Formats: sequence, C-alpha cells, structure tokens
Amino acid sequence: MKAFETVHGLVAPLDRANIDTDQIIPKQFLKSIKRTGFGDNLFDAWRYLDEGDMQMTQNERRLNHEFVLNEPRYQGARILLTRENFGCGSSREHAVWSLMEYGFDVVIAPSFADIFHNNCLKNGLLPVTLDHATVDQLFDRAEEPGFELTVNLVAQEVRLNDGTVFSFEIDPDYKAKLRSGEDDIIATLRHADQIRAFEGQHKARQPWLFNR
Amino acid sequence: MNLCYSQPASKLAGFLILKGLAVPTLYDKIWADHLVGQRFDGMSLLYIDQHLLHEVTSPQAFEGLALAGRPMWRVGANLATPDHNVPTINRAAGIAGFDDPIARQQVVTLDENCRRHGVLQFDIKDQRQGIVHVIGPEQGATLPGMTIVCGDSHTSTHGAFGALAQGIGTSEVEHVMASQCLAANKTLNLQVKVVGDLPVGLSAKDLVLAIIGQLGTAGATGHTIEYTGAAIAALSMEGRMTLCNMSIEAGARAGLVAIDDTTLEYVHGRPFAPIGAQWDAAESYWRSLNSDSDAHFDKTVIVNVDQLVPQVTWGTSPEMVTGVNGAVPDPATISDEVKAESARLALKYMGLTADQPITDIWLDRVFIGSCTNSRIEDLRSAASLVKGRKVAASIKQAIVVPGSGLVKAQAEKEGLAQIFIDAGFEWRDPGCSR
Ligand code: SF4
Repeated sequence: MKAFETVHGLVAPLDRANIDTDQIIPKQFLKSIKRTGFGDNLFDAWRYLDEGDMQMTQNERRLNHEFVLNEPRYQGARILLTRENFGCGSSREHAVWSLMEYGFDVVIAPSFADIFHNNCLKNGLLPVTLDHATVDQLFDRAEEPGFELTVNLVAQEVRLNDGTVFSFEIDPDYKAKLRSGEDDIIATLRHADQIRAFEGQHKARQPWLFNR
Repeated sequence: MNLCYSQPASKLAGFLILKGLAVPTLYDKIWADHLVGQRFDGMSLLYIDQHLLHEVTSPQAFEGLALAGRPMWRVGANLATPDHNVPTINRAAGIAGFDDPIARQQVVTLDENCRRHGVLQFDIKDQRQGIVHVIGPEQGATLPGMTIVCGDSHTSTHGAFGALAQGIGTSEVEHVMASQCLAANKTLNLQVKVVGDLPVGLSAKDLVLAIIGQLGTAGATGHTIEYTGAAIAALSMEGRMTLCNMSIEAGARAGLVAIDDTTLEYVHGRPFAPIGAQWDAAESYWRSLNSDSDAHFDKTVIVNVDQLVPQVTWGTSPEMVTGVNGAVPDPATISDEVKAESARLALKYMGLTADQPITDIWLDRVFIGSCTNSRIEDLRSAASLVKGRKVAASIKQAIVVPGSGLVKAQAEKEGLAQIFIDAGFEWRDPGCSR
C-alpha cells in the first residue's frame, strides 16, 4: 500500500445516492483468483450496454456513452464525487480494488457505508466526507470543463484551483495509517515477538491445539 | 482469572461486582484466553487456533503473501477444502468434470497453494471434501474453546461447540495466514434465552427463524450471541450448528452454545480430537469455560417457543418469516416506511400478493442442503418425511446435496439416498450448490 499525502486531479461526478457494492462491482466478476483485473468492470452495469462476463475483454463490450465516466472530459479522473451512503451492501473488498484500479485515489461523499470505509483503509483509498451543501457545490462546479481538486490528507483539506478550501474531518488513527502506507499485516507483525511469546504459553496450556 | 477490562481489574473489582460486570461469559473467557495484546493503534490481536480455507476467498490472500514474500505463520492451523463453486454433479470425473472454467481455475489454484505451503487439503477427489462448516466439526478440527475463522460469513456455525467462530474478509484471510492473529475489537454480549420446550416435529431451523423474526436482521449487530435455555441444551450438535449458523442473519459477529456432554460426546473420537491424557486435560478446561450462572450480558432477549409452529421465510430477507399457519403481510399495514417498502419489493419479487396465506403458496423448487442443513441428521429427518412419497409433478426441481463426501456415503449406507431417489429427488455430490 502506498503512502498517502496529496492527490491533485480531475473530478468525475456520479450523482446517485446509496450506490452499493454490487453496483460498484457486480457479483459475476468476483470469481477471479486475483486482486487485480476489476477496473474494467467498475460500475459495469452502467458503463456497458451489454451484460459482460469475466472472459470478455473491454473491446468486446458495448459502451454506454450516456454514462458519466464514459464521457471524454472525465477520462483520467482521480477523484470520484458522489452522494450519501456510498459503498453500502455486501462487504466485498473488490469494490475498493476496482475503484483504485480504475484510477481513483479519492472518493468524496456526504457519507460512506461502514464496512466500505474500513475496506478503504485496508487498501489505501481515501474516503473524504464533506457535508451535503459542500458536496452540492462541488457537483455544480464539476460541470465546468477540466474541474480539478487538490485533496491534501496531511492538512485535511480539499482545495479548488481558485483557492477555495474545504476542510474535512478524519479519525487520527485512520489518517496516520493511510499516511504511513503501512498495511494491517505490517502493523501486526511489528508485534511478532509478542505473538510468538503468546503462542508458546498457549501451547503449554492447550497442547491439543498444536497436534497438526 | 484472566480478565481483559481496560482498567486494572484489582482496583475496580469491588465496583465491577457491584455493577454485575465482573462475572465473565463464555465469550469473555474465550476472548481473554486468546488475547495476545493491544496493537499500537488500539486494535486487539486475537490469536486464531483454526483457519478454514476454501477456493473463493483464499487465492488473493495467497497471492498477497507471495507478493510480500511472507511465509504462513503456522501452517498446521489451516485446513482447506474446495466447496463454494464446485459442481455438485459429475464429480467422479474430478477436475475434468467442471464446465465452469473459472471454478476449475479456483480449485486448481487452491491445490497449488496448498501444495506449495504444505496446507492440509481435502481435495476434490477426497471423500472428506465438503462444505467447510460441515467438515470442520466432522473431522474434529472444530474443538470447544477454539478461535476459528474462515472467509465465509457462516463461520458462526462452529459456535455450536462453544468455539468463538467468525467470518472474515479476504484481507483478513491474508492477515491471519501471515500473523495467526485477527485484529479485532471485542463485541458486546447478547443472551438469547429460549424458554419453553420446542414442540414435537419442530427443528432448530424453526427455532432460529423465530429468533431472527423477533430480533430483526440487525438486532444483534455488534454483539456475540449466547443461546441459553433448556430447549438449547436439548438440541443435538447438528441442531446447534443450524442455530449458530444463522446468528449472522441476525447481524451478530458470532453465536455460541455452552459446552456440555452432548458437545463432548460428539467431539470424542473424531480424527483431529485429542486422545488419552490430552483429552482429559482438554475436557476439564472446556468444562471450565461456560458462562457462570450470574454472568453479565449487555442485553438479554427472551424467546418463548412453547407455542412455536413451523416457520416459513416468504421474502428476500430471513427476517421476512412467519408461521406456516400465517400469511404474508400487507405492506399497507406496516407503519415503518422503510420496512413497508422492502415488504412491497419482496412480494413483487416473489410473485406473492398481500395477505396471501402461506399454505396457498405453490412450491417451485425443493433444495435440501447448504451449510445450514446438509448433515446426516438433516438428511435423516428429511428422508423420514419423504419415505414412500413422490415429488409432486408441479415441482420443477428437487435436489439433495449432502454436506460432505462422508455424509453422502453414510446416507447411502443407511438407505436414505435411495429414499430420495425413489421419491424423484436428484441425489447430488457434496458442495455449497450456489
Ligand atoms: S453453503 Fe452457502 S453460506 Fe454455506 S458455506 Fe457454502 S456458500 Fe457459504
């Protein structure tokens, strides 16, 4: 997981509330044995007119030109702007993987579903929570061609090119972890000696757990 | 005693007893006995005794280990089997019998990963293969007092043994492989106290559906449930597994049943269960784990089952449940707008009309199986009803999918398979049958 500091990039507005993880990455694409390869199927049912399956490449699909992410002006966007309760539904981590692989580093919304929010942290996607009025304002501005934002995790602010700044709240532990880029496993393995010591005592107390 | 309150227990002991907090539950004891400590960010590290792997949620975790160049922390704590996407027909052909290329790749990948790391696997050809939540108990790989995780939400099944068992996500599967620990926070304790006796002919499934109907699908969120009461103690291990399996449907992290003679009789003599002096030591430890009579629960819900009738779920969520003598609801009479809307959508999806009596609903398909109900006892009770009868002509499909190769063999030996086949059921090979 890479360390997160600042992202500057184009904003793609996706004006829907309660987008669930099955809309982010539909279940027919979950059968992969990899962590990668989900970017082409992000928002699949909206991006394409045909029903795809895992074996099809993107070139074989019919693009839905009406869908906002398919508009030429939003190509290369790194920041997704959306509405409340983003990422609700099943706990699949593939939702975060597909957003990141598509190229998003930040999602801005008035609120996020709980498990999705946790999964963001495990993978290094930054969820930025801004109030409804601010999100409305950003949606208006995102109509302007080439609307970009700078999202600064260190300063906890979203900055527009005209100098307007919105600050956001984030849990300090959550922030520290994203900034360090340290994944959960590295964090736990820093306690390896403690785990090993516990394991020794555990084995002495319950030897039957260690027969295999 | 090894309590894990954040305040020093000695100073606060008097206070805690006054508040009724000092007496630990089964959950508190298992948690305390597996708590490695606090990670620097405040998360608790819980040591995991048994990790069950299957072909769907393990490949990315193995890939993550390989990318980081990490070994598995304790290979012997893992047990693997393919179950989720394996076909339940034509299994004699082995991998060649798979039509779905993706399922085939998942199973082949599990084989390779297990071979590379030396993980014990009951592979597709092994008679011990089956649904993870069936084979763990069947092999004695599930033991009382253990912590058990698996990348499948129904891991709560193993709570029937007085084991703390929960489903985890793919990142956590990798985390447990690499560190033998789960980073977690302790939940609250919820007691579901069942009063009365389960009427004759009713099963654990009726019981748990009634409990979910009362709790709601989010009623136990943030809690570990302990099921108590004489009706629970009277359940067989299979019944307890069915009960704990569905704890997750009430939103709980895990569900537990106290350890008693029924538990120990089931476990004794299974392939991975301790023997001899080790068994004696284990038994006395296990018996010490149960909640004390004055144990503190954060919440208690009482469910009376004396008058319970067979339960039927009619909708798209397990809380949409009613007695067989009941009717589906009329959304217009539901005051909660969100619930009314979901009832409306569910009726539409199911093709039902408001107030339709349950007994007026025609069945299209019959499926006997899944990790909830595919054990030998489930097949025995289903066969006793089916015996001498025929599947109605209006039924489009009727299938039985045993939970493991051993369940299948046993059912064939007892003549149950023949009863199903004679009645017109398809008799399938073991798996989840998703
Ligand atoms: S039967 Fe269904 S719920 Fe149970 S383990 Fe298999 S896929 Fe999961």
